[in-house]
Amino acid sequence: MFRNQYDTDVTTWSPQGRLFQVEYAMEAVKQGSAAIGLRSKTHVVLASVNKAQSELSSHQKKIFKVDHHIGVAIAGLTADGRVLSRYMRSECINYSYTYESPLPVGRLVVQLADKAQVCTQRSWKRPYGVGLLVAGLDESGAHLYYNCPSGNYFEYQAFAIGSRSQAAKTYMERRFEGFGVGEEFHILDNETVQGLIDAFEIVGEETPAPEEAAPAADEPAAADQGAPADEGAAPMDI
Amino acid sequence: MGTSKNSAYAYQIVGGWDRLASLNTWGYPYVTGTSVIGIKYKDGILMTADMGGSYGSTLRYKSVERMKPVGKHSLLGASGEISDFQEILSYLDELILYDNMWDDGNSLGPKEVHNYLTRVMYNRRNKFNPLWNSLVLGGIKNGQKYLGTVNMIGVHFEDNHVATGFGNHLARPILRDEWHENLSFEEGVKLLEKCMRVLLYRDRSAVNKLQIAKITEEGVTLSKPYALKTFWQFSAFQNPTVGAEGSW
Repeated sequence: MFRNQYDTDVTTWSPQGRLFQVEYAMEAVKQGSAAIGLRSKTHVVLASVNKAQSELSSHQKKIFKVDHHIGVAIAGLTADGRVLSRYMRSECINYSYTYESPLPVGRLVVQLADKAQVCTQRSWKRPYGVGLLVAGLDESGAHLYYNCPSGNYFEYQAFAIGSRSQAAKTYMERRFEGFGVGEEFHILDNETVQGLIDAFEIVGEETPAPEEAAPAADEPAAADQGAPADEGAAPMDI
Repeated sequence: MGTSKNSAYAYQIVGGWDRLASLNTWGYPYVTGTSVIGIKYKDGILMTADMGGSYGSTLRYKSVERMKPVGKHSLLGASGEISDFQEILSYLDELILYDNMWDDGNSLGPKEVHNYLTRVMYNRRNKFNPLWNSLVLGGIKNGQKYLGTVNMIGVHFEDNHVATGFGNHLARPILRDEWHENLSFEEGVKLLEKCMRVLLYRDRSAVNKLQIAKITEEGVTLSKPYALKTFWQFSAFQNPTVGAEGSW
């Protein structure tokens, strides 16, 4: 993307019908560290890569609990993301207070999208520089949405945003049919996450099959040895 | 007072409805409805109210429908000021309209409507400009039955059987004895009629023209108005003034 004479103002159209400032805002999302989400019929999972400014600093917080039934992962300008998370929490709690009921995820996402759209049509504002993966449970099941700086939103089975997200997207595209198989949103602690990562790393290791009888152990082990080479590794695009 | 048309300032409220009335024109009821009774039964909720609108001690209006459906899943019954009930219906109309406009498969159920009403009633009470009603909100959504009540001061709760006004004193004791889980429709109607008959005998604002409404997963059905059979030939009612001559 190169500089041009139509990209100074968010309220200036290009002759091709593009709003460059909005596109630049989406670029900020692509440059941020990755956030991923995927869902089944009953659960939605969010994961994020949390960068630290330096060796001495803490890691950035990119996953927020919005309500008992909704969580959000962000990529891009995390400061913008915090502000939007605060808005989402406020909307959820106001709805709960009035109706004694959880705000349906689909409605929260529309409100968020409308808020983002406003910033694409005011000359004194700028678009939010953050992409949000909104995950939640409501009466109609588990949902995962992606909210753009442009004010668009889409529902996904699985999605990834931020830098090197294409690798994750391709990996999930190949497997999403197997995902279909209300619990509270909670952020996993480091030990649990590390344990899960360790459990996934099976390249070059014998897969133990303790429940199977000894003579049958060879065949499943051999099959498992072959499988990780295809399934365990994700294509890297760096 | 020198205050705006419907405001009332805290330090003036010392006690008594007349005090409240003098501070704002709408702090006193004019046309009122009497008891509403609601019970849970096997398939949903049964609710009943008579069709009287009293103007003080005059039984002035005799075809007032005091129960109305709200959205797909709820039924609202009101006692108290009829014009305030109409105002509430107008608020709920708007609420349901916006809910439908989302067009997203979600809908406000009876629990949500009840809580919304609670917020409205309590907020009005805090501004010293109450909606002079006691409301019964019943409904069923996704198999879950709900029956709640909220009144002009914002007191709200849910129960298996609720009543407003005189119904609290005359009907609920009957319901406490005779209500049970999974009443059939016929049993429920009989029970409500028993309560309404007692109210007809003993509540002077009751009229003998009532409706029974039921709400089930299929929707709301409001019965046509009808009257209850009464019996006045008790011997105790004959010559009522005998023995009343003379001094105390």
